[in-house]
Amino acid sequence: MTPASTAYWSVADTAGRVAAGEITATQIVEATLARIEAIDGRLGAFLAVDAAGARAAAADVDQRRAANLPPGPLAGVPIALKDVLVTRGLATTAGSKILAGWIPPYDAHVVEKLRAAGAIIIGKVNCDEFAMGSSTENSAYQPTRNPWDLARVPGGSSGGSSAAVAAGLCAASLGTDTGGSIRQPAAFCGVVGMKPTYGRVSRWGVVAFASSLDQVGPLTRTVADAALVLEAIAGFDPRDSTSLDAPVPRFIDALKPPAGDLRGLRVGLPQEYYEAMDDEVRAGIARAAAALIEHGAEMIELSLPHTRLALPAYYLVAPAEASSNLARFDGVRYGQRVSAPDLVDMYGKTRDAGFGPEVKRRIMLGTYALRSGYYDAYYKKAQQVRTLIKRDFDRAFQYCDVLLTPTTPTPAFPFGAKATPVEMYQADVFTLSCNLAGLPGISVPCGLTGDGLPIGAQLLGRPLDEATLLRVGAIIEATVGLGDRRPAGIGGLA
Amino acid sequence: MPALTRKEVEEIALLARLALAPDELDRMQHELGAILEHFGALAAVETSGVPAMTHAVPMDLRMRLDVVEPSLPPEVALAAAPQREGDLILVPSSIAGPDRAGDRAGEGSAS
Repeated sequence: MTPASTAYWSVADTAGRVAAGEITATQIVEATLARIEAIDGRLGAFLAVDAAGARAAAADVDQRRAANLPPGPLAGVPIALKDVLVTRGLATTAGSKILAGWIPPYDAHVVEKLRAAGAIIIGKVNCDEFAMGSSTENSAYQPTRNPWDLARVPGGSSGGSSAAVAAGLCAASLGTDTGGSIRQPAAFCGVVGMKPTYGRVSRWGVVAFASSLDQVGPLTRTVADAALVLEAIAGFDPRDSTSLDAPVPRFIDALKPPAGDLRGLRVGLPQEYYEAMDDEVRAGIARAAAALIEHGAEMIELSLPHTRLALPAYYLVAPAEASSNLARFDGVRYGQRVSAPDLVDMYGKTRDAGFGPEVKRRIMLGTYALRSGYYDAYYKKAQQVRTLIKRDFDRAFQYCDVLLTPTTPTPAFPFGAKATPVEMYQADVFTLSCNLAGLPGISVPCGLTGDGLPIGAQLLGRPLDEATLLRVGAIIEATVGLGDRRPAGIGGLA
Repeated sequence: MPALTRKEVEEIALLARLALAPDELDRMQHELGAILEHFGALAAVETSGVPAMTHAVPMDLRMRLDVVEPSLPPEVALAAAPQREGDLILVPSSIAGPDRAGDRAGEGSAS
């Protein structure tokens, strides 16, 4: 088994072959570890590789199979976790120095679910510090490079996830999406990224950024793989007060015939999302739209009039919640501490030393927005605008079943390209309304630019209707997706 | 909406428990001011009578039986504490003063 041969196996293929005894989970894990060793020095996707844990989990899967016990729907599938998901006995940093060396005493709900399904946790991958950013440049540890062009960012904040999946260093990764942090890096790295409906997946054991927006979801190389991983992690969990007690469908069934027949399906094109974007992105989305029409879908141009307010509303709501959530990092119970003669001084020095510039900026912004006297003008106003944005979507979904937009205004940008915070925030302009409204969204590759950079098409759907996103996404994938094209940036090993 | 004064930035930093250096305070004043300018668009939106949306799902308080559920044993829960004494976490005094500067917890360097 050479490192390259299993590298691009799908989730379904891997689990199927392990269950059938064609290959052992141990062989998959050894091949994956060898490939990470060979390639990740150039990418910087992983913050920690859990070779011992992965080997033990693989041995367990192989023993179950040998004993004729069901090995699980994700048997032997190597999965990398964004480093905001806590893992028992495995360092979790959230990309921040303030958590350097912290070993969590428990597994996040989604990690429990993956392990129970037979998946192998191969390691923890890089992200913007506390998931705040759109390029993974805000990680306190290392840059992560885009496998399609090593001079460019992989997107963010789940940039380690998107890079690792694109480079074949794992079959799937879990990320988190607060304003686009799964979909935007998926678009930049040519992989599929799904943000489920708010409440669909438990956040128990997820390092919180903005609790009214955060959601966990899969990054995978195919739409079918996204369906399989989503099914494994979704479902009610009483430990998350926002968890929805809703049945979890067999999402993979959404891709079965007659899934390719889109007659009767209405696809909305919100005009506000088509005003400003790169020409090649525009061409990519047009190809996706044409493919859907060819399969019978009807296109409906419509308006989401409050779209331009999503960016300012998001950048008030998210920092306000972050300023509250990140109050727990104070050097008392876990994490780093900087000593000082009195408690308030210790808090201040610990947090000044432990947090990076973007995290401090957002804590400051959020503290300002929540201040007595400013609350109505900023936070409450933003929440009211949020209602208006949600109403726009409710109205749109009376006329269509799914919305098609670009995921990002541009393909992946070079390191250091965004000079100011506000410029960086613009990278999320098409993704954050979905979080404000709590909707499901998916980014699916729809071709490459002339320079060989992936383009992502975004689909947004009704609450709990991930199935339609998967079904429509699979058609985009089959018609204008990347096919067998693999990242050029990692050279001969791709 | 107003740009921030240096004094306001210092007050926010104190509220946020961030001991920012003078050059960081300068940079923050400039950057936050620029970000707040972009929020001006919100002020112009008519929102009277529009309810505030806190979450995308109903947030009803959930009931459960009043029974003890499994939780972490103290040793595991305290394992990551920067400074402890037995089952207690040590922190510096909450009252500042020169006579407390040599406080045992304050001198410790567990980071």
